[in-house]
Amino acid sequence: MITLQHMLTLSAILFSLSIAGIFLNRKNVILLLMCIELMLLAVNFSFVSFSRYLGDLDGQIFVFFVLTVAAAESAIGLAILVVLFRERRSINVEDLDTLKG
Amino acid sequence: MDPNILLAIPLLPLAAAIIAGLFGKLIGRTAAHVVTVAAVGLSFLLSVQVAWQLISGEVGVYNDSVYTWLVSDGIRMEVGFLVDHLSVLMMCVVTFVSFCVHVYTIGYMHEDPGYQRFFSYISLFTFAMLMLVMSNNFLQLFFGWEAVGVVSYLLIGFWYTRPSAIFANMKAFLVNRVGDFGFVLGIAGVVYYTGSLDYRAAFEAAPMLAAAEFALSDTWTVSAITLICILLFIGAMGKSAQVPLHVWLPDSMEGPTPISALIHAATMVTAGIFMVARFSPLFEQSEVALSFVLVIGGTTALFMGFLGIANNDIKRVVAYSTLSQLGYMTVALGASAYGAAIFHLMTHAFFKALLFLAAGSVIIGMHHEQDMRKMGGLAKVMPITAITCWVGALALIGTPFLSGFYSKDFIIESVHEADRWGATYAYWCVLIGVFVTAFYTFRMIFMTFHGAPRWAAGEGEHASHDHAHDDHGHHGGTPHESPWVVTLPLVLLAIPSLAIGYLTVQPILFDGFFGEAIQVLPDNDVLAVLSGHFHDPASFALEAVKHPPLWLALAGVVAAWYFVLKNPSAATNVASALTPIRHVLDNKYYFDWFNENVLSAGSRLLGRVFWKAGDQAVIDGALVNGSAQLVATLAGVVRRLQTGYLYSYAFWMTIGLALLLAWFLILA
Amino acid sequence: MLVQLLFYGFSAILIAAALGVIVARNPVYSALSLVLAFFTSAALWLLIEAEFLAIVLVLVYVGAVMVLFLFVVMMLDINVEEIKRGFTRYAGLGWFIAFAVIAQMVAVFWFRGFGIDATQGMAPLPADHSNTRALGEVLYTQYVYPFELAAMVLLVAIIAAIALTMRKRPGLKPQDVAKQVAVRREDRVRLVKGVGTKGVSAEGEQAAEGDK
Repeated sequence: MITLQHMLTLSAILFSLSIAGIFLNRKNVILLLMCIELMLLAVNFSFVSFSRYLGDLDGQIFVFFVLTVAAAESAIGLAILVVLFRERRSINVEDLDTLKG
Repeated sequence: MDPNILLAIPLLPLAAAIIAGLFGKLIGRTAAHVVTVAAVGLSFLLSVQVAWQLISGEVGVYNDSVYTWLVSDGIRMEVGFLVDHLSVLMMCVVTFVSFCVHVYTIGYMHEDPGYQRFFSYISLFTFAMLMLVMSNNFLQLFFGWEAVGVVSYLLIGFWYTRPSAIFANMKAFLVNRVGDFGFVLGIAGVVYYTGSLDYRAAFEAAPMLAAAEFALSDTWTVSAITLICILLFIGAMGKSAQVPLHVWLPDSMEGPTPISALIHAATMVTAGIFMVARFSPLFEQSEVALSFVLVIGGTTALFMGFLGIANNDIKRVVAYSTLSQLGYMTVALGASAYGAAIFHLMTHAFFKALLFLAAGSVIIGMHHEQDMRKMGGLAKVMPITAITCWVGALALIGTPFLSGFYSKDFIIESVHEADRWGATYAYWCVLIGVFVTAFYTFRMIFMTFHGAPRWAAGEGEHASHDHAHDDHGHHGGTPHESPWVVTLPLVLLAIPSLAIGYLTVQPILFDGFFGEAIQVLPDNDVLAVLSGHFHDPASFALEAVKHPPLWLALAGVVAAWYFVLKNPSAATNVASALTPIRHVLDNKYYFDWFNENVLSAGSRLLGRVFWKAGDQAVIDGALVNGSAQLVATLAGVVRRLQTGYLYSYAFWMTIGLALLLAWFLILA
Repeated sequence: MLVQLLFYGFSAILIAAALGVIVARNPVYSALSLVLAFFTSAALWLLIEAEFLAIVLVLVYVGAVMVLFLFVVMMLDINVEEIKRGFTRYAGLGWFIAFAVIAQMVAVFWFRGFGIDATQGMAPLPADHSNTRALGEVLYTQYVYPFELAAMVLLVAIIAAIALTMRKRPGLKPQDVAKQVAVRREDRVRLVKGVGTKGVSAEGEQAAEGDK
């Protein structure tokens, strides 16, 4: 029997893996964006399983919108990355520190 | 009594002061002195008229408010006059002495560039003193009190380019201020209990104040009246130069001689005595305060006399004499013989002003020399001055039939009769003081007017400049008699010094002259006791041979004659034998040393501490700059959080998230 | 039984793919791992009977977003050697945090209440239930405004992405229609005297040059 807990645990594992990914990644901005996508996936998982197990369709509607926004956000994020690369010729995260206080 | 006349009495000198002060340069010297002398003369005539009306019974006592300045919280601040026997006596004395000094100044300050300014100041002083004595409320009294202090400051420092004069005038003002502080607290006490500044309210409340207790701390209470009276007396100590607030008077000799006569002999310094007499209804209720007055007065009377013995400056000897006589008056007040004190005030005003003006005449004659060691034998060349000075000196030491005799002897007898704590000490002080007074007075007379002239050798050089100098243009030549404008006031003052005691002692002291003005409780009324012994002035004078003062005075004169004229070397021998005492006397009992090196240096040190430690270190350093520095330092630390570095942000966010989760977990 | 097997199998692949995203050295490998992750999660969603979203995930996410990622990764001329994943000093902390988060969440789901135990299984759905239809019925009635707004968001994203990355090539002279329309006669024509019959004179040439 696959219960809600299983699905949620899976979602939690995906989420923390993405967090770990952010921590461990020091060199690649693209990887950062990909970890964000992973995080969003984890959250979507959560929503879908809740929706299914509680019989409420609102969760899936929400996933719908999350998907939309995630697509938009990754498009813009990558555009910024491209422009950044043009200027800096590097996607090393450690080089992006001009906002240093 | 017409209030307009009463207003005219102080306002005429004020108007003259303003004219001479503001328009002096415009109207010239002669006009300035004419205006001021006329105003003061007129004021004197009006005062005599008012006095005559009051004494003859034509009019009653006037006690009313002339102008209401403001009313605050129920306390009325008004200009008002209380004209009773005490005030008319003071008014006559003040205006008469002021008039004499005004005339004297015409001759004395003849060549001084500040001629008009001087007349303006002395007229202003007359105004202030009149406001003080005619006042019917504490506020006007205080106004007059402070105003005479200010004018005294201006006059002592009249030759303001001289550093010693500036030092002296600051000293006078500051020491007065210390006394005024006590005075203001006393007035505050009265207002606190009665809610009014009017004398009437205070006098009516006196028995209530005697019963009231004021808590100084949780465990210590004093009677309210005692506290108020002592505080008021502290003001009198400052103004009337009682120990320890006497230090300003000798230095005030830096001012020109006319003001020494006017202010520091006859009028301003007597303001304190007048004030205590005026508040006799209050002081009578407090035995403690009266004992305090007795002790202070006795101490001043004796110890200031000692200082007069050791001094060589003619003006300073007279100054110490003034201090000593003020002590006598204070002692009389402490013995509840207020009438005797006022009587001595009046007679003393005359002969002390006379002595000062005579000293001034001598100084002019000696071409600004003030050191008595350089004088001698002046009686032949300055006869009028010498004779009037002798009159004054005889009056001062209490020669029978002269005015000083009556006033001083009654003081001594009153203290003898009084039985409060401190009376015995005061009695011995004033008694020994008679000898001392006679000694220093006649030392001065003999050194100045008699014996071999010592000025023949010294007048070629222009005398030592370490004392105050009156700037006159005389140069060279032997001393000569002063012009008539100088000698006329001397004669005018000699007459009352001779006669007024004899003529007025009975009415003033024993025939109830003061009436309601001075209140004495029946238990304390020493004058009433003395009136039992007194029959008339003549027999009293003849009886003097039975009492110690006459013999002590005679002994003093003989001793002075011996040490000055007969055997001068004996003086030096005694002096060297008593060298330590000599040192103490020379340093004026170390009061000045204490004030300069402990109090004033201490205050400056405190100021420096507050400046360096308080202001610079704490306020500027820690608070102002420190807080700015703190913000800067904190910002410098917090700044490191903003690395501009994506990973730190993500890092901190994630850690925050984990912590938040943990927190919610634990909370739930 | 089959369901459970499928679930555990797909979950394992999903977790492995996620690890692969993090750990892979080559960014292309990471991207491809992510693609695998998306596919697997689509499969899982199918298992849950959320088929519409599963297909949408594949179409939109994998088809568009991941393709975009791969484009960018390959377009940026990244020096692969530089991007050696050196494990940082925070590695231990990072794993610890991840583990902590998992542990906390597990504690919440499995060991505390919240009434989650109540829902033991999925509620069975009727045979003719269409997930797509049900979504459509809700989306175009209740949530039509958010739907429109989502469309706006996408529009804004397009414009933003283009505006960010567009660059002008130098040397190009594009037409500025607004300027062309706003031109005035004075900017183009100037009448000059003294030029003409005598032939072209120096002033005339200069005057002509003076015009734009």
